[in-house]
Amino acid sequence: MTGIAGNKDDSARSDCFVRVSLTKKSGIKIDLQTKVDTLYGDSIRKLCLDILNFFEVKNAKVEIEDKGALDFIIAARLESAIKEVITSEKEYLLPLIKENNYFTDKKIARRSRLYLPGNSPKLMINAGIYSADGVILDLEDSVAPDKKNEARYLVRNALRSVDFYGAERMVRINQIPDGLNDLKYIVPHNVNLILIPKCETPAQIKQVDKKINEIAKTSDHRIHLMPIIESALGVINAYSIASASKHIVAMAIGLEDYTADIGAQRTEEGQESFYARSVIVNASAAAGIQAIDSVYSDVSNMEGLKENVAHSKALGFVGMGCIHPRQVGIINAGYNPGAAEIEKAKTIVLAFEEAQRKGLGVVAVKSKMIDLPVVKRAIDTINTAITAGLLKENWKETTENE
Amino acid sequence: MSKMIKNVSGRMIPEYINGKKIIPFQGVGKFMPSGRKAMPRIPTCADFPPDGNKLVKNLKDALLRAGVSDGKTISTHHHFRNGDLIAVKIFKIIRELGYKDMVWFPSASFPCHEPLIEFLEDGTIHHIEGSMNGPLGKFCSEGKMKGVAVLRSHGGRYQAVQDGDIEIDIAVIAAPAADPFGNANGLTGPSACGLLGFALADSQYAEKVIVVTDNLVPFPCIPWQIQGNYVDFVVEEEKIGIPEKIVSGTTQMTRSPDRLLIAELTSKFCEEAGLIKDGFSFQTGAGGTSLVISTFFRDIMREKGIKARFARAGSNKYLVEMLEEGLVEYILDGQTFDLEGVRSMRENPNHVNTSPFTSYNYHSKGNFASMVDIVILGATEVDVNFNGNVVTHSDGYLLHGIGGWQNCLFGKTVILPVPLFRDRIPVIVDEVTTLCGPGEMIDVIVTERGIAINPLRKDLFEKVKNSNLPIKTIQELKDEAEKICGKPGKPEFTDKVVAAIKWVDGTVIDVVRQVK
Repeated sequence: MTGIAGNKDDSARSDCFVRVSLTKKSGIKIDLQTKVDTLYGDSIRKLCLDILNFFEVKNAKVEIEDKGALDFIIAARLESAIKEVITSEKEYLLPLIKENNYFTDKKIARRSRLYLPGNSPKLMINAGIYSADGVILDLEDSVAPDKKNEARYLVRNALRSVDFYGAERMVRINQIPDGLNDLKYIVPHNVNLILIPKCETPAQIKQVDKKINEIAKTSDHRIHLMPIIESALGVINAYSIASASKHIVAMAIGLEDYTADIGAQRTEEGQESFYARSVIVNASAAAGIQAIDSVYSDVSNMEGLKENVAHSKALGFVGMGCIHPRQVGIINAGYNPGAAEIEKAKTIVLAFEEAQRKGLGVVAVKSKMIDLPVVKRAIDTINTAITAGLLKENWKETTENE
Repeated sequence: MSKMIKNVSGRMIPEYINGKKIIPFQGVGKFMPSGRKAMPRIPTCADFPPDGNKLVKNLKDALLRAGVSDGKTISTHHHFRNGDLIAVKIFKIIRELGYKDMVWFPSASFPCHEPLIEFLEDGTIHHIEGSMNGPLGKFCSEGKMKGVAVLRSHGGRYQAVQDGDIEIDIAVIAAPAADPFGNANGLTGPSACGLLGFALADSQYAEKVIVVTDNLVPFPCIPWQIQGNYVDFVVEEEKIGIPEKIVSGTTQMTRSPDRLLIAELTSKFCEEAGLIKDGFSFQTGAGGTSLVISTFFRDIMREKGIKARFARAGSNKYLVEMLEEGLVEYILDGQTFDLEGVRSMRENPNHVNTSPFTSYNYHSKGNFASMVDIVILGATEVDVNFNGNVVTHSDGYLLHGIGGWQNCLFGKTVILPVPLFRDRIPVIVDEVTTLCGPGEMIDVIVTERGIAINPLRKDLFEKVKNSNLPIKTIQELKDEAEKICGKPGKPEFTDKVVAAIKWVDGTVIDVVRQVK
């Protein structure tokens, strides 16, 4: 019996290919081919023995073709290959690094989120250095059907072992119902947010919610949800989806599938998706969550991306997916509040606080009445500006001292 | 085995290498040479035909006339890079003639020279004094070469020839264009490579000089980058190089997001530190990351209306564009990397042909290298004391030559943009496997996870301390690399010395030992 996992083609840097063949006797034989033998050969062999021992594999031939894979990658590949030849409910978990021991708030900036194919470890290792607000370990469209299972181990291990430098750690699960099976690999490993693709009904959200609660053994967990609307039916049900769970913090639109669904071509101008995008923005606002726009797929067209982000912000979106790290800077900058916007927000917030201090029921700026939603929006703008480094946290002191 | 001594960097080196007593590295600028330069023999016109026709039948004929015999030192240049057809051809002829124990003295070797392993094995070649790339490096690291390899920088090679540390018996200069008198250049013909600067010392100092060309033109071959007055024989060959391997059609920018980030951080650092200013000079190199850095420089210069006085090159399309746009006044070129570089050198008087003599030779009355404001270099390893390694990898194997790297360290601000690790192999380490450049000469390390400034450069610290650049200590970077990759094991070596690393002044800064 033979189990395999991983990649071995030439482009598979930072990855490895593992083949586990159970034998009748003669113990464990590890055949490791690696360029880093001098530096890490011993530690890799030790790790493999530890994993085999953990799964009580006594007799096996293990072949590893390594191209500089880190421990969490090797461990994921080996566990996946072992589980093709034995049945075990156990999981080989590396320690959860302390840097990943954080939760995220409901209202944080979600301007940019970087997509990482769930079975491509080389893109995960440095994903945190590009200043994206979030990283998405993707189990859905970027993973080939026959690689779905091994990707789960890799994504699980990445959640525990890769330092993403404070980015919100997201996972996109597979379409419901398949995606429900992904949850046990991510929920216990401190994932911050789960993206639910191709959402069409609130019932799908409820299914995910229920399953997460079961795994987390509480409904008071801090795992956020972000449904992605990618069809005409999803757009029709947008508000009921957005309000289907208290854990939903944002709702995104996926335009590739949506335009296909309505039978239109996706264009640069986006006429065909104007309605759907507006519905998403509106439904999100009504549900008190963030509206997130679809990815811009021409990686080499930075000018096009810039315009697209400006248009998206004007529609009311607060963020967008990134398919290449080069897009992050432009997207972050594009969704940041502009200088005039920040100034206005500062005035409103100060006026609001002044009114509160004086016990006034109404807020006024230059004799103009300000309503509460406007104040709320100003506070959001200020917070985004602080996150983006456009405004100091102690801006009130500096303003008052001026 | 020769007695081992410790040089000033604490590296244990043998007293003798290939039977010659060596001078241990004494510190930067500390070794004071004495005596006079090497003196080539006095030739006479009486020995040469008055019509200037030095053509001989073929390369074999030329080698025989040049007095090829056992134990000779044969030099070649590397302007044809991976498209060189001449070096292997020379040693095929020598083997056919039955001569043994040659020393090959190239200005660099490339993967196309892998067939020479056979000649090292059968004793035709005794050892190599030049760079040790890829398969040759592996062969040497495994202790299979008869003699000890000697690695020198481009400037150090000129110095060694000039000072008589090495005597070239026969220099074979492959020339893209030449006349029967021996005047030659790299500008035209199917094997055009731009210039021939690496062959300059060979032409001036070798006992015998052979020019080989596949593009013979009537006298005079203008410009004469190599002067026929130094040349003994001229050979016409059908093909001397593979054009597409000599220069690439276009040099490729990196698309790797990590490298783009490193390039961006590097140019931001230069901007914040005030290094990009009117009249400045730079050398960025020709690797994928370097190309991107020069385009970032270009953008900053355009935006701020800054002009550079000169750029040292490795020229390529992007640098040529900057020259033609007027952002750079001169390109002082050491080798051309693409067809645009060759064209520009041919057409533009401000695109200047240089040699290791003008740019790098340390035993000289100054050189250009120390005048360059910003120097961008690579490294296989950098240690916590900023020492750099460019010849071996962390597993102990020789893989690269020194090139102009050591010479460029004399630039005013030396910046190494390197990834923190490559496919799990940490680049920032406790101690370099092989010492090629002392840490006091390396100013800034830029990685994707932070920038470390050499504590000796307090001025740079001051300039960037209020910026939002991710400044870290080199120790912090090393710790971060180890946290991600794990603590690396060390290669094990035998006592056998397989290669010597020369410093720019001819002293020995380190040696490489056989990998166990």
